[in-house]
Amino acid sequence: MAGSIKDRVAIIGMGCTRFGELWDKGPTDLVVDAVEEACADAGVERKDIEALWGGSIFTAHGGRFFTEALRMQYIPASHLVNACASGQDAMRNAAYALAAGIYDIVLAVGVEKIKDEGMSGLPGMDNRTHTHAVATMPGVFAMMATKYFHRYGLNPEEGKTMLAKISVKSHANGSLNPKAHLRNVLTVERVLNAPIIAWPLGLFDCCGVSDGGAAAIMTRADKAKEFRKDPVYLKALQICGTPSSGRITSEYDYTHVEESYRAAVAAYEEAGITDPRGEIGMAEVHDCFSITEAVTMEDLQFCERGRVKDDIEAGTFELTGDLPVQPDGGLKCFGHPVGASGIRMVYELYLQLQGRADKRQIKNPKLGLAHNLGHEPYAPLCSVCIVGL
Amino acid sequence: MPGERAVAYYDEDSVTMAVEAALDCLRDFDPKSVDGLFYASTTSPYKEKLCSATMALALSLRRDIRTVDITSALRSGTAALGFALDAISSGRSDSILVTASDVRLSPPSGMTEQALGDAAGALLLGKENVIAEVLDCYSVSDELAATWRGEADTFIRSWEDRMTMDESYSKVMPEAISGVMKKAGLNTKDLARVVFDPPGDVRRHGRVAGELGFDPAQLLDPGGVFMTVGLLGSAMSFVMLVAALEQAKPGDKILFAAYGNGADAYVLQVTDAIGKLSERRGYAKHLESKGMMRSYNDYLRWRDIVPLDQARRPERGHISLAANWRERHVDLGLWGIKCRRCGTPQYDYGGMTTTPIRVCAVCGAVDDFDDYNFARRKATVFSYTHDMLSPSLDPPTSVAMIEFEGGGRSLFDLTDRNPDQVQVGIEVEMTFRKVFFDRGLNNYFWKARPIRC
Repeated sequence: MAGSIKDRVAIIGMGCTRFGELWDKGPTDLVVDAVEEACADAGVERKDIEALWGGSIFTAHGGRFFTEALRMQYIPASHLVNACASGQDAMRNAAYALAAGIYDIVLAVGVEKIKDEGMSGLPGMDNRTHTHAVATMPGVFAMMATKYFHRYGLNPEEGKTMLAKISVKSHANGSLNPKAHLRNVLTVERVLNAPIIAWPLGLFDCCGVSDGGAAAIMTRADKAKEFRKDPVYLKALQICGTPSSGRITSEYDYTHVEESYRAAVAAYEEAGITDPRGEIGMAEVHDCFSITEAVTMEDLQFCERGRVKDDIEAGTFELTGDLPVQPDGGLKCFGHPVGASGIRMVYELYLQLQGRADKRQIKNPKLGLAHNLGHEPYAPLCSVCIVGL
Repeated sequence: MPGERAVAYYDEDSVTMAVEAALDCLRDFDPKSVDGLFYASTTSPYKEKLCSATMALALSLRRDIRTVDITSALRSGTAALGFALDAISSGRSDSILVTASDVRLSPPSGMTEQALGDAAGALLLGKENVIAEVLDCYSVSDELAATWRGEADTFIRSWEDRMTMDESYSKVMPEAISGVMKKAGLNTKDLARVVFDPPGDVRRHGRVAGELGFDPAQLLDPGGVFMTVGLLGSAMSFVMLVAALEQAKPGDKILFAAYGNGADAYVLQVTDAIGKLSERRGYAKHLESKGMMRSYNDYLRWRDIVPLDQARRPERGHISLAANWRERHVDLGLWGIKCRRCGTPQYDYGGMTTTPIRVCAVCGAVDDFDDYNFARRKATVFSYTHDMLSPSLDPPTSVAMIEFEGGGRSLFDLTDRNPDQVQVGIEVEMTFRKVFFDRGLNNYFWKARPIRC
């Protein structure tokens, strides 16, 4: 790659709605609430925004959805549909337009109004001839847990206990977050006794399915201090696409996510990071399911392959640990309005870096990493975004 | 009523069962050597669409073959057999595969429902290396039908059975059996086995056999198929014949006959070649590897007799006939590719993109492939889940990533499985099933199942 986004673009304002089953909020409410908060935070007005990129997979249809909701006056608007990485891809496109010197102020926004669909969970996979195996999203990630347990010799109880601790940690964090969808505190016992959704994953191994919106106002680095004293700079933002070969050839082991690993390697190179475990101070990763968070810790090189259990048991990823993960509760508890999630993650890192995370505040957060994983483990699209002061 | 009955799984119908029987029948035969496929059934899923054409793709038969569906008659199996024999003896075909299959429905809780079973049989007819030679046949046509279904009927209707037994079965069956024996110049002692359809009142079967002068030892485990599998509609005589052939010795003469609006009777003579035929599941092994249903409620749900609560899940879209047609070999035949450059077998029913495969996932070669079939290959479970969120007529929805022997992997639904016995590493085989129904069209595809026996 010839170029790098490192320190060329800054976030000067962010907004995020409460996530949850927001029966009385429509899609427009979620966009307007998130963008109004972001504009107020940045000290800019909507008319100052020169272009926007919006992420959404169910709710929006074209850039017009966003300009209509916000009554934006004749500016270019693009709609990003890139699975669970839609929000971060909106940020990436916005960042590149700034780095190219085309605009001064742009908006990246993500929204999802899933709970208008009347369904449990997200849609499963299907193909044009309806021959696709009928597993749901919990199902295809459950198969990663089955294989992980098998490969590393964990019996179901050991494996499920390891995963339960991930969810317990995220609920503890989510309980401190007034904007989180799920704010109850769990015990390992309760997680283990919950109904099975897709064996071996139970109810509390699955993230919330939520409505929500999140937004970021971004500018070029050279202008950032005109807006605030503590802008947050992009250090890296990488997306890794997939050849979808994990589903058809035997190389894929189903105990890691190659695209997460490669997005992280590219992002570390872009940010100049050589010791991820030492240099990253906090992470918001795509914990759609507990097993996803477990293997992501290994894919991000926070721990060795097959060894995440040691760090989970040592409390490494808890709010008071060496490398807090999901300080805001994660997808697990903050919730997962798909198009908004990537920007929501950056919102938490942004607040933490500025010391505005209240009861969840991490001491010396250094650099923050946000990671998304779209589609299924054997054919995903992943993003890794690194931010810092 | 005592005994056991065979019930098709929720993803089976008369087409999928006919394919299953045909695959077993064709074991160690080159499917490209078959000149015709006949499908006989009273429960075709279509009033207007040829099931044998679908089955021909599933079985990877040639395109220049005769495909025919013979429907409506309970003796459609033996009717199809007669047409196939005529085609072969006239020299127009060398080899024809005849299947008979039925999944008949009777109104719930009645005697007829208790008698019915679901099954399919398949016979490959040809000129060379035959395991049994057809000596003669005889047919009787009769207007009186003991059971019937009108165009709009889901369930079988019938007249008072005492009348139809007296005036139909008890007359036409002896007439056909005596007719073929006379034509072939045989008397009762010449026959090693006599198998013929029982009627709804199975006692009449024994009475006809006795009146014709057959010894109970000549009958096939008297009442056995009926008491362990059920009344099988058009498949009845085929299944009984297969069961008889499994016990036969070279030189045995077997009489078999089917009933329904008259009767068809055949006499066969078993040849030495029967000893060289490779092992099949046939009747005995399928019966040995049966699974027991949990409850009658499951039966009512599987046959769509009682509705299922709607899952809170998104609706699946409509069938596209264009997409089905374009991917017919991939979906119905389970054809993938083997890359000519790197040699990797690959199967892809399409995740996000459409199939067939255009670019090799390993070496990137474009369109430089040989066709490669996965339908008859064994595989092992690489990982699996039992999904409680995905709606199913027999929850949980079991899904597995499987690795084919010789290479290639894919994600398939698991069927005919006991969830407790699914493990990483167990062997599975592919089975043809109904996966989707929309606006009058059935979509058929393959599922994996733990190796049956």
